[in-house]
Amino acid sequence: MKKNLSIMSLLLSFLLLISTSVFAKDTVRIGVEGAYPPFSKTTKDGSLEGFDIDIAKALCKKMDVECKLIKQDWDGIIPALLARKYDAIIASMSMTDERKKKVAFSNRYYQSPARFITKKGGKIKISKDGLKGKSVAVQRGTVSDKFITGEFGEDIDIKRYGTQEEAYLDLNAGRVDLVFADAFVLLEYINSDKGKDYEFIGESYSDPKYFGEGIGIALRQKDTELKEKFNKAIAGIREDGTYDEIRKKYFDFDIFGKD
Amino acid sequence: MDFSIIIDNLPLLFKGLGLTLQLLAISLVIGFILSIPLSIMAASINPWLRIPVKTFIYIFRGTPLLIQIFIIYYGFSQFDWLRESIFWVIFKQAYWCAVIAFSLNTAAYTAEIFRGAILQTQKGEIEAAEACGMSRFDQYRHIILPSALRRSIPMYGNEVIFMLHATVLAGVITLVDLFGAAKIINSRHYAPFESFISAGLFYLVITFTIVFIFKLAENHFLKHLKR
Repeated sequence: MKKNLSIMSLLLSFLLLISTSVFAKDTVRIGVEGAYPPFSKTTKDGSLEGFDIDIAKALCKKMDVECKLIKQDWDGIIPALLARKYDAIIASMSMTDERKKKVAFSNRYYQSPARFITKKGGKIKISKDGLKGKSVAVQRGTVSDKFITGEFGEDIDIKRYGTQEEAYLDLNAGRVDLVFADAFVLLEYINSDKGKDYEFIGESYSDPKYFGEGIGIALRQKDTELKEKFNKAIAGIREDGTYDEIRKKYFDFDIFGKD
Repeated sequence: MDFSIIIDNLPLLFKGLGLTLQLLAISLVIGFILSIPLSIMAASINPWLRIPVKTFIYIFRGTPLLIQIFIIYYGFSQFDWLRESIFWVIFKQAYWCAVIAFSLNTAAYTAEIFRGAILQTQKGEIEAAEACGMSRFDQYRHIILPSALRRSIPMYGNEVIFMLHATVLAGVITLVDLFGAAKIINSRHYAPFESFISAGLFYLVITFTIVFIFKLAENHFLKHLKR
C-alpha cells in the first residue's frame, strides 16, 4: 500500500508537470526595428512603441501567446530571423519577391505608398528630368531604395542611410534636396517640429513591382504553423475592432485597403 | 552560397575600393604632415607647446573614431552659423568630413609614435650634433628626425593598416567605400556572407600589399640596425 502511494504521488507529480507545460503560454519572439516612427520607435526610457509594436502585442494576445519583442537594426533584420534570434518580424516589411526567396510572409496587415518630401516652396519637378542633379536621401535596403534606384537611379544622386533619422538630419542640414520614403513615416516627420518646413511633393508610388503586395509579417519558410496562427490573428483583430482602435491612434485614414 | 551576386556587383565593389584607397591615401598624407610638427611639440620640454598637443592627442586617442565622425558629420551640421559660413562647402560633403576625421585621428596616433622615437634618440648622436655646432633646427632636420622616422617605420606600418580598417567608418556617413558597397549588395540580395567575405578579401589584399611595402622600406631604411 505504501509502495502504491509513492507510485501514485510520482504519477501525480508527473501529471502536474505535464499539465503546467501544456497550460504555460508559448513564447513568440518578435523582431522589431525601433527606429521607424510612427510604426516603431524607442522612447526616451528605452521602451518600444508605435503601430507595429501595438499590432504585435494585439496579435500575441489574439494568439494567446507570450510576446517577446527584440530590437534589431534594419540591415540585419532578415539574417537575424534566419539565425533564429527571433521567430517573426513585425517591422513594416513590404512583401517583395526578392524577400520571399528568403522568408515567408503572413497576409498583409497594412499597405503603404512611398512619396517624396522637400523644403516648402522648393520648385522641384518630380520627373526624370526634374530630378537631374538633385540629391535624394533614402534608407538603405528599403523598397523605397529599390524603387528610386530602379526608376530614377541613373539621373540622380542617391544617398543611402542606415536609419531614417540620419536621412532627416541631412535634409535639415541641407545636404540633400529630397527624402524619399514611406508616406506614413514622412507624414509623421512633417507633422513634427523638426519637419515643419517640409512638404509632400509629387505623386504616391505603389508599383507592385517594387512595393509588393503590402506589408506583412516575415517568418522562416519552415514555420507554416506559426504563419497560419498569425493569419488567423490578423483576421481576428480586424473583425473584433482591435485593429481599427490601434490604427486610429496613429492615422486618421484607412491604411488596410480592400479586404 | 551564390557568388554570382558578387560577380554581378564587381563594378560597385571596385568603385568602393577606389574610394577606400583614396580616403586612406589622402588621410595618411595629411595625417603624416600634421604629425611631424605635433610630435616635435609633444616631445618639447616647453609646456606651452607640449600641453595643447598632448591634449589633442589625448582626445583623439581617447574617443572612438566613429564618435569623432558622427560629431564632425552630423554634429557640426546642426549649427546654423556653420551652415552659413564658408566652411560649409567642406562640411557639407561627407567625403571631406571623413577626410578630416581620419586625418586628425591618424595624426594623433602617428604623432605619439614619432614622439616616442624622438625621445629615444641616442644621447650621443645629439651631443655629437651639438659639438659640431648645429642649431636646434639643424639637429632636428639632419639628426633627430631622420633617425626617429626610420626607427618608427615598423610601428607606422601598423598604424597604416589600422587606418585602412578604420576607413570602413566612411560607410556610416553615406559614402560608398568598399564596406559601403558590400552593405548595399547585402541589402539588395540579403547575402551577408557573400558580400562581406568579398569585401574582406579586398581588405586582405590591400593589407598584404601594405605589409609588403613596409617590409621593403624596413629593408632599405633599417639596414644599419639589422643583426
